[in-house]
Amino acid sequence: MITVDHLTKAYGPFRAVDDVSFVCHHGRVTGFLGPNGAGKTTTMRVMVGLTPATSGRVTIGGLDYSAIPNAGRHVGVLLDASAQHGGRTGREILSLGALTMGLPSSRVDEMLALVGLTDAEARRRLRNYSLGMKQRLGIAHALLGDPEVLILDEPANGLDPAGIRWMRGLLKGYADRGGTVLLSSHLLNEVELIADEMILIGHGRIVAQGDKKTLLQGARGSATSLVTSLDNAALGAELHRRGHLVEPMGEGLKVHVPTDEVGRAALEAGIVLTDLRSGGVGLEDLFLELTSATAREGVHQ
Amino acid sequence: MTAASPAQPAPLLDVSRTRQIPFWRLVLVELRKSFDTRAGFWLLATIGILVALVEAIIMITAIVNDGVVFFEDFAGTAAGITSLLLPVLGIILVTSEWGQRTAMVTFALEPRRSRVVLAKLVVGAIASVATVVVMMVIGIACTTVCELLQPDLTFWQMEWWIPLAFVVTLTLSMTVGFALAALLLNTPAAIVVFFLYWYGLAIVLFVIADLIPAFTDIAPWINFQAALEPVWDWSLDSAEEIGQLAVSGGVWIGLPLGIGLWRILNAEVK
Repeated sequence: MITVDHLTKAYGPFRAVDDVSFVCHHGRVTGFLGPNGAGKTTTMRVMVGLTPATSGRVTIGGLDYSAIPNAGRHVGVLLDASAQHGGRTGREILSLGALTMGLPSSRVDEMLALVGLTDAEARRRLRNYSLGMKQRLGIAHALLGDPEVLILDEPANGLDPAGIRWMRGLLKGYADRGGTVLLSSHLLNEVELIADEMILIGHGRIVAQGDKKTLLQGARGSATSLVTSLDNAALGAELHRRGHLVEPMGEGLKVHVPTDEVGRAALEAGIVLTDLRSGGVGLEDLFLELTSATAREGVHQ
Repeated sequence: MTAASPAQPAPLLDVSRTRQIPFWRLVLVELRKSFDTRAGFWLLATIGILVALVEAIIMITAIVNDGVVFFEDFAGTAAGITSLLLPVLGIILVTSEWGQRTAMVTFALEPRRSRVVLAKLVVGAIASVATVVVMMVIGIACTTVCELLQPDLTFWQMEWWIPLAFVVTLTLSMTVGFALAALLLNTPAAIVVFFLYWYGLAIVLFVIADLIPAFTDIAPWINFQAALEPVWDWSLDSAEEIGQLAVSGGVWIGLPLGIGLWRILNAEVK
């Protein structure tokens, strides 16, 4: 639905976005991950025509953003929840959006209810909002026109854990109904649970993309398992006999093989497992590994 | 690193049943934005209150002194006050989007930015017309009071073109503020430049003309405020006056608005 094609945005010699290409499919949540300053926001801004691209192109459903009539009815955008007039109330901000898009005022009430802003909160001016409330209002604004595509920059920023869980459910449901969601974050665990597909960006370049499984398979470090059993010593010996590297960790063992191999070893040795999970390369390790070089460069600049 | 091509062709957005946002709705939105904040509301309220206050003082003075009252005087005084405050409204219409960064939202909803700018200009014109109407109403109210208290000294006479001249001049002076705001995209800077221009230019031109005698002939072609005078009097008839209005208007409206528009259309909206 969203096609980014060899997009480059340069500020003088500095390339904020460097030859980036990816596709966001409908019915899926695409996570756009990278450290601060990696080029996520710039890419999203180019998508909605706020920043002109140096070269390359972005289309949404085959169209340039500026060619979409009444854009808010097709593409919901939240780039910066604080970029609203501090003197307007939450309700007024949504009402202006509804008026622009030609929506009935009942839609404003629906959206306020959806994001859990009470009547009293909606009557307060934006400058008195917490960051979490601004994010909820921003999400309400993005959803106002019942769009097919959602572009959200750091939407979980400032939300409390309950809020993050709420947003996860909301976006998941939205994608399940056929919507396209692109959301960015610099925090992996925010996105890990919700994104069907992930795009990792560092220093303006895409460093990896795919679903979680593909990304982990492509990770350089091999998988590891964390295991606890009724007889750790015997299990350790069996795994060692099979030629695996075993080290004690906490109450159990850390083994440098996938979990199925540990299970097989336990089965053969007749040892009861009490806990077995993948402690392998988490997405976070992968993320740091992939972006560390670029992140360090960034620090020195 | 470039990504793999999509597994399936991306579905297209069905926009066949969506019409673009009609211009009148953009105007409606901008109109609402001009008074739904405290700054906008109080600017409009200040114009109204100030006009009412000054008119009341004139009226009371006239009544106390048994002075002669012309309806025209009330209208003229009000126009003088508003010609200073309407440009500020024109400025705020443009710059508040940048100061509060709402331009990001506005231009995401309507990527054809020139339509938004035009809608704002129409709102400025609507405000000018509305101000003239309010001025006339206050003028009629004051004259009516005088009529009741001293009918012999009250005269209702007014040239038919006066409201028209007010609308034209007020809209044009509002547009000067609007144009400077589009150029500078910053509220304080635009207000300072506008008032420097409005009050300072005459002095500057005078000094320059004193130093360079040849400049005396050029000055009327640059001073838009002076060129507006024949419009106030509705006596704009000579080709020279029309030319001066066009040239100075081009300098103070056309130039900043043109450059400002180019800037707005091409700027990265942060």
